[in-house]
Amino acid sequence: MKLKNNALALDATDLRILEALQEDARQTYTAIGERLGIAHSTVYDRIKRMEHYGIIKKYTAVIDGEKAGVKNITAVMTVYTDPKESERVAEKLCEAPQVLEVYTSLSEELLIIAKVVAENQESLHAFIANSVAPTPGVLRIRTSMITKKFKETQFPMIDNSKKLTFIRKTYNKMGENTP
Amino acid sequence: MYSKILRTLPREKAFYFFTSIGNYTGESAASLKEFMEKINEVNVKSLEFHFYRGDFEKWIDETLEDKGLAKEIRSLRSLNYSGTMLKEHLRSIVVKRYKELSGNF
Repeated sequence: MKLKNNALALDATDLRILEALQEDARQTYTAIGERLGIAHSTVYDRIKRMEHYGIIKKYTAVIDGEKAGVKNITAVMTVYTDPKESERVAEKLCEAPQVLEVYTSLSEELLIIAKVVAENQESLHAFIANSVAPTPGVLRIRTSMITKKFKETQFPMIDNSKKLTFIRKTYNKMGENTP
Repeated sequence: MYSKILRTLPREKAFYFFTSIGNYTGESAASLKEFMEKINEVNVKSLEFHFYRGDFEKWIDETLEDKGLAKEIRSLRSLNYSGTMLKEHLRSIVVKRYKELSGNF
């Protein structure tokens, strides 16, 4: 169902399909259908619709870096910025391949929080010193190196009692006729 | 040649002061004059961090292109100074060089 404000409302079936995909995105439409007690064609239609609306952004592999022999280090970087330049700094950070995630946060000061990977401490320092610190609007940077990961997961889609509404961003190319 | 060493560099070539890996103080220097001033202003931990990594002499040699000053700073390392002693000695070497180059004795 599509709402007036160009949003897509997800029902319990959609949420259960998303939950199944989060567990294993490689399972077949038939397997998901059997698990949920619905036709595989329904699963197909729902998935295609959620892909179309950008609710399912992509399918990817979760890699265990340690087992793969990757020795990268991960750090969480807090960037204090001039409020006027904050958005531009965040956009600039998004361009760097070393930066995996970028968020803004409002506390006492305007902060950007970014997750960064690097081959080693020296290359992390070089990236921050040569690419992040010189960016106009950057006031200070605090970096915390991650030493051990205890949990990493995705947001679960299991609350079937409530309908979650995902507000779709307005894409000019999609009009009212989109499914 | 002297005027070249005293020039102001573009921001991307400035020296950015950190206190440890990834922790930027918010202070930078884009010229020898500014570098001299910042030695007084930045936390001494930042001076120690860069000094023993060889960052100062590398920037002064390769970016400011003052081999003489780079050599003097490098030779200071063997004395194992830290804290205020390091700040004072570093400052004195850089001030002397700046005055020499600018003709401001």
